[in-house]
Amino acid sequence: MTDYKQNIRKFVVDNFLFGQAGNLKDETSFLDGGIIDSTGVLELAMHIETTYGIKVKDDELVPENLDSINAIAAFLEKKLAAPK
Amino acid sequence: MPWLKPSALQSDSDILSRELKRRGLVLGLSGGIDSSVTAALAVRAVGKERVFGILMPERHSHSESRVLGQLIADWLGITCVEENISGILEATGFYRRYDAAVREVVPEYAAGWLSKIVIEGIASGGSYTTFAIVAQDPSGHTVRKRLPLNAYLEIVAATNFKQRTRKMIEYYHADRLNYAVAGTPNRLEYDQGFFVKGGDGLADIKPIAHLYKTQVYQLADHQGVPDIVRRRPPTTDTYSMAQGQDEFYFAVPYEQMDLCLYGKNHGLDAGVVAEAAGLLREKVEFIWEDIDRKRATTRYLHLPPLLMVEVPEVKR
Repeated sequence: MTDYKQNIRKFVVDNFLFGQAGNLKDETSFLDGGIIDSTGVLELAMHIETTYGIKVKDDELVPENLDSINAIAAFLEKKLAAPK
Repeated sequence: MPWLKPSALQSDSDILSRELKRRGLVLGLSGGIDSSVTAALAVRAVGKERVFGILMPERHSHSESRVLGQLIADWLGITCVEENISGILEATGFYRRYDAAVREVVPEYAAGWLSKIVIEGIASGGSYTTFAIVAQDPSGHTVRKRLPLNAYLEIVAATNFKQRTRKMIEYYHADRLNYAVAGTPNRLEYDQGFFVKGGDGLADIKPIAHLYKTQVYQLADHQGVPDIVRRRPPTTDTYSMAQGQDEFYFAVPYEQMDLCLYGKNHGLDAGVVAEAAGLLREKVEFIWEDIDRKRATTRYLHLPPLLMVEVPEVKR
């Protein structure tokens, strides 16, 4: 879980915040914080697909799974635990 | 939606002579309501002898666009030329790049197929907006697939060649005639960033950028724009399959978008807007959030180039 969070945090900070983490917390909403737009969501999905070898299905592309570092970590935990 | 005052139509010629120092106006005619109303305004402001229309079809354009564009030119009595941009687009590699990007997602996509991009998730709150490609084979069978990031960006980037090529042609004619270029965005498009920077977003004057789409239709009625143009459903005419603006960019059809935007701009209660637009209150609130999101993400389209240090002698 911690590894997921570290990886996602680094990706978000590097790609969307130009290396400036500011007050990005694990529970910060990317949408409410204006951190990620619709193109950014696709970037994020592609990143976790290639990093963790999973496929984010259309119906999984929702804020509940991807709108914060915590949400993504929980989504990955569930996804990677599920039989492929 | 308030009706327009006729006095709102008068100031084009002043801007043209005092601010732009140009002798007339060039604009692209798509056969749609926005360019038709803008052309009629231009004629009213500077006279039909000083308005130059251009039809710019390409391989994917609907033939109706050219026919109706010419109809508007004839109705107004303005000079109009046709510049088919397929050759330029071919030379830029547009068709090849576009087809290759579509084939990343729909491998069977080939000659004779049609396609368009549609937006997903925007019609319902609580979801991200993503994009899908809809492709139709020659027998009429369609497939719809969500676009991954690279294919989406490539398709949009390639397609933007169309708007930028058209603008290049408009400025060619403007330069040789010593005219200015009139852009045709309405308020919804202008506010929400529904334009290509350096493409349809580029112009010297945007006479209807303050008008809600509903008001553009009111103005068309006042001007006597031919019925066939007023009745034509709004289309982007950018992709080979017919594509409404509400399929690609806006959450609901323009009549409802107008009411939502007007209500938001005037601080109205969401319930009042919902009743007027025939939408649920929650939907109006979602659309308002989407309006704010689009304003934020497309702000850079409106910005002039950023300078590291201001050059005070140049007024911008």
